[in-house]
This record gives sequence, structure tokens and C-alpha cells, in this order.
Amino acid sequence: MELDPMHQFTIKPLVPLHLGGLDVSFTNQSLLMVIVVLAASLFLTLAVKPGRLVPTRGQSMAELSYEFVANMIHSSTGEDGLKFFPFVFSLFIFVLLANFFGMVPGSFTITSQIAVTFALASLVILAVIVTGFLKHGIGFLKLFVPHAPLPLLFLLVPIEVISFLTRPISLSVRLFANMLAGHTMLAVFGGFVVALGAAGGILSVLSIAPMLLIVAIMLLELLVAFLQAYVFAILTCIYLNEALHLHDHH
Amino acid sequence: MEVAAAKMIGAGLACIALVGAGIGIGNVFGSYLSGALRNPGAAATQTTNLLLGFALCEATGLFGLVIALLILFAF
Repeated sequence: MELDPMHQFTIKPLVPLHLGGLDVSFTNQSLLMVIVVLAASLFLTLAVKPGRLVPTRGQSMAELSYEFVANMIHSSTGEDGLKFFPFVFSLFIFVLLANFFGMVPGSFTITSQIAVTFALASLVILAVIVTGFLKHGIGFLKLFVPHAPLPLLFLLVPIEVISFLTRPISLSVRLFANMLAGHTMLAVFGGFVVALGAAGGILSVLSIAPMLLIVAIMLLELLVAFLQAYVFAILTCIYLNEALHLHDHH
Repeated sequence: MEVAAAKMIGAGLACIALVGAGIGIGNVFGSYLSGALRNPGAAATQTTNLLLGFALCEATGLFGLVIALLILFAF
């Protein structure tokens, strides 16, 4: 029994591969990513394939998730944000399933690696910057100039620039730290159960109490897993909205 | 002072950042609830803002937690 709470985050190579000094091994992380992508694409394509008028349970799950994300984009970016639907939907489903697969005991949480979340967040920010410059040209830089009197701008423009630059960091660290903290907490409380159960006598019987607590925390973590995927997607929408409409919505 | 002991103390101090996150999240949900009870009709339209406020607020506290984990495991 492994009792070190950080042990669950170690990356183990399953198929060692080295290309020109670069370690490109197929790890448990890669395996979980492949599983997540396969599960998402297989479920979402197979569930809607029959195309029944009265949907089956699987079909309504797929349709509900579609409508959920479509509504989210529509309410936060408006009509012209819907062309980003495939991007936001893929991000949402990937992060959601990565979080949920990580909740399976003994598996690996890919979103608890800062490398993964930072790559996703950089993708979002790159999409925002490219969209902004394509839509507004050099006028996209007006994003950093809020409506304010001129003397205040000397203070506000640097703040806006810094706040834009910290977005990929806050977006990635939020997801990564939530997953890391949640799974560490579960492992630490799991250690209580094992230690108490091994103590013998009346203490072994008492270990049912932390066990029940873990079940409750597991439910909370399921909520957090969904909430973080939702927050990741909605923040993507909001950043895209700023790139599309600059300060028009004010 | 020994470096190992200083690391432990530093990690513990970094976790104080979570005090702010706790106060902030409590404030977000408390304000939402008091607003929602005054005007229940508008409550459903504000859940997105509620979760957004919660997420932005929580992130600031988690930065402190990440520093603590960095001190403990990365250095």
C-alpha cells in the first residue's frame, strides 16, 4: 500500500522511447489522454448515430452536453461566438472527462499536471490573440485601453496588459491546483483509514468514520471536477468575447 | 535554522493565502444568497456570474497553495 499522497502524480513510462535525446516515452499520462479522447469521440459519435426523434439515454446525454455548451457560448459571446463552438466544446469535454477519469481510484489525473493545463491555457490565449488580430487588425490593441480620462490611462494600461498576460497562468494554475489539492486531500484522508484500520481492536472498527468522510469528499470532488471544466470553458468564452467585441459590451 | 525546518515553516506560511480565498468564497456565495432571497426571479440568471466569481476568487488562494507545494516538493 502506497501511503505517500504525492505518489499518485508520478509519471511512469509504459513504453520507453527516446528520439534524439528527447524523452518521448508513452507514459501513463499519454495512456489516460488516449483513453479520454477515445471515450469522448466514441461516445459522442455513437450516441447520436441512431438520430432518434425520441432520444435514448445516451443520445440525450450527448444532446444535453451540446446544448449546454451552445447556450454557454451564446450567452457569453453572442451569435458570432458560435463559430468557436467546436473549439470550446472539445476543450470542455476533454477537461471534464480528464477530471472524471482521474476520479476513478487507481487511475491517473492528467489535469493535475501543470504541463497539460498550461498547454491547454496557452492554446486558448493563442486562439484569443489570433482571433483578435484577424477581426480588428492592429485595433485589437484597444483592448488594453479602457474608457477612462487620459491621466488615469497611464495607470490603467499597464494594469490591463499585466492582467492579460497573467491569464494563461491563472487559467492553468486554477485547474491544476484544484485537481492536485483535491486528489492530495483524498489520498491523505485515505491514509487515515489505512492507519486506523491497521491499529487493531476498537480502532479498526472506528476507521469506518473517515471512510464515510471520504465518500462525502469524493462527491464534493466530483462537483469540483465538473465545476472546473465549466469554469475553464466559460473563461475561454469570456476571453474570446473580449477578442471579438473589445469593449463594446460595456 | 536548519533548511528542512525552514522549508516546512515556509510551506505552512504560504498556506495562509487560503484564508483570503475562504473569506472571498464565503462572501461570493453569501452575497449571492442574500441577493437571491430578495429577488428570487433574477437568481437563475446570475449563476454564471456566481460560478465565475467563485472560480476567480478561489484561484488567488490556490496560488499560495501552489507555492507551498513548490517549496515542499520542487526545491
